[in-house]
Amino acid sequence: MELTIAVLSVVGFISVSAMFLVWGERKVSALFQNRLGPNVVGWHGSLQSVADMVKLLLKENIMPAQADKLVWWLAPFFVVVPAVAVFVTIPFGKNLIVHDLNVGILFITSISSVTVLGIFMAGWGSNNKYSLLGGMRSAAQIISYEVPLLLSIVLVIMETGTLSMQEIIKAQAHGWFILKPHLALAFIIYLISATAEVNRVPFDIPEAESELGAGYHTEYTGMKFGMFFVAEYTNLFIISAIAATLFLGGWQGPWLPSWFWFLLKAYGLVFLSMWVRWTLPRVRMDQMMGFAWKVLTPIALANLLISGWFMVK
Amino acid sequence: MNSPNTTDFVQKGNELRSEEMVVNMGPQHPSTHGVLYLELRLDGEIVVDCRVHIGYLHRSCEKIAENRTYTQFIPFTDRLDYLASMNNNLGYCLAVEKLLNIQVNERTQYIRTIIAELNRVASHLVGIGTFAQDLGAYATPMFYCFRDREQIVQLFDELCGGRLTYNYMRIGGVQTDFPPHAVKVIKDFIKYERKKLKEYMELLTYNAIFLSRTKKIGILKPEVAIDYGMTGPMLRAAGVKWDLRKDEPYMIYDRFKFDVPVGTNGDSWDRFKVRLDEIGESLKIIEQAVEALPPGNPVAKVNKVFKGPPGEAYMRTENPRGELGFYLVSDGGQKPYRNKIRSPSFSNIAVLPELIRGLNVSDAVCVLGSTDIVMGEIDR
Repeated sequence: MELTIAVLSVVGFISVSAMFLVWGERKVSALFQNRLGPNVVGWHGSLQSVADMVKLLLKENIMPAQADKLVWWLAPFFVVVPAVAVFVTIPFGKNLIVHDLNVGILFITSISSVTVLGIFMAGWGSNNKYSLLGGMRSAAQIISYEVPLLLSIVLVIMETGTLSMQEIIKAQAHGWFILKPHLALAFIIYLISATAEVNRVPFDIPEAESELGAGYHTEYTGMKFGMFFVAEYTNLFIISAIAATLFLGGWQGPWLPSWFWFLLKAYGLVFLSMWVRWTLPRVRMDQMMGFAWKVLTPIALANLLISGWFMVK
Repeated sequence: MNSPNTTDFVQKGNELRSEEMVVNMGPQHPSTHGVLYLELRLDGEIVVDCRVHIGYLHRSCEKIAENRTYTQFIPFTDRLDYLASMNNNLGYCLAVEKLLNIQVNERTQYIRTIIAELNRVASHLVGIGTFAQDLGAYATPMFYCFRDREQIVQLFDELCGGRLTYNYMRIGGVQTDFPPHAVKVIKDFIKYERKKLKEYMELLTYNAIFLSRTKKIGILKPEVAIDYGMTGPMLRAAGVKWDLRKDEPYMIYDRFKFDVPVGTNGDSWDRFKVRLDEIGESLKIIEQAVEALPPGNPVAKVNKVFKGPPGEAYMRTENPRGELGFYLVSDGGQKPYRNKIRSPSFSNIAVLPELIRGLNVSDAVCVLGSTDIVMGEIDR
């Protein structure tokens, strides 16, 4: 019974959150671009995402004739399932967590690595050159940025000595980790590599619209495309939620209820990501890879070494 | 299909090879600016070779011209470079006026200059905006540019009722005089746009990512540019100071003080910067012209149908994208015997394979965006 409620609430939250983020992104982008954004369906266009979802559900599912059928069919699931599974151990509030796994952060990072498989499958299975290029770029990008991402998370684990999300939050009771200089640096590294992990501007190379059409999901229609879409926004929320948990004290905060603090921080970081997306141009593939291996990884490693030395001392 | 096993690969080890991939970029592709079709031969993501295919927008404008009277062809010039209709109108009208040896009055000259320069600003704004879009700056710079362009378009709308194809210039004049408030609107726009140009500088020009994407990408050498007959911002970005408004002044351009911005490296960033600077220079011209706007009646008094004297006339004008030339041959009839159009984008696109060979796909898109082509005048 408890499990059912937990699963239902996670799925419910994901749908609502994704819809809210899609609407939010369109409103935020409109704000940056001197436009109105969606304003017809519902109050200030707030039901626009519902309308979009209905449209996607009703659309015909077209599969390219030359597609690798099994791979093509499975790809969206490989993208969506990790995004849902990760929610198991995201602490929404003081007691609001599906299950506080004692390997929480490890679980999250390992499960979300599966996403790259789905993206590459989509690129390969579509049998479309642009999709293939998108998939290839994505595999290279996500694997590269996983390194600095994990290195920055490792620092938090070293600081707290635990992998459990709730324990990490409790360790920040006397000050958020972002206030400590070495962890602040880790936070910045985390934000940059997480942005790359979820393929957002300036690292949206796998789906680079002006180069590759829509990249790996060019050939998908209807709800299959919708699944990529939902996964994209869910992943955006996840990286923000993890950042809020690891560096911004999670659900901790005065006066207001804990879940409110958590959502405030998470959505605040989402807004930051949107701000970046609608301002910056895209970097090039080789520049991005160079940045990961030549800049971010060495900085993260040095940060790890120096902080580790101080901790041992 | 039998899946090859490991031993196959070991045995055929020497024969393992990678194949070049042919990607047909266009005619439907988000960054080919209309219906350009690039046949790219890719090695991984590196462009080994590129072939440019054009002709998807061919409408036989030159042949149509032979079956229309001189006046009737003006609306067709709108559709050549549809982002700079006014400049096309102007070029054609000047060519016909040259053929007929018609002098227009002072106010017409000034109004034509102001309008042409305003259209240049509008056109460059689109060029900059779409270039940023091609680099993956999701629509924001484009919307900013279109917001500014909108003010020009609104003014043109008031003048002639069109927002894209204006059909405003007439042989021997213009369609209507400025409305009374036009001067104030233009002056306000100049002030507004100067402020916004600084904003674009902050948003794009010296943005680290933008610099890393455009600097030293698609370097065009001045000799190559001249060999290909390139003109306009493309040529000037390569470091050749050639602007018809300065070097072969037509109309009243010799009365205004303005600079011709040139680039140093001839890379994509220079092409972008030259366009941005040209907006500033155009604003200078407009400002001077508005100040000196003389009274008079600019509305054309030439008959709608007339016979061209036997002979020929070639008129070239500096369009936002380069030199637009109209070569008119008349056999004494009401219609030209031949109307050859020399369009700048046609020459500018020809150099594309030279520029993008050896770059990767992202850079190819960047270079294509920086050429700022309009398919309407390539295919005519």
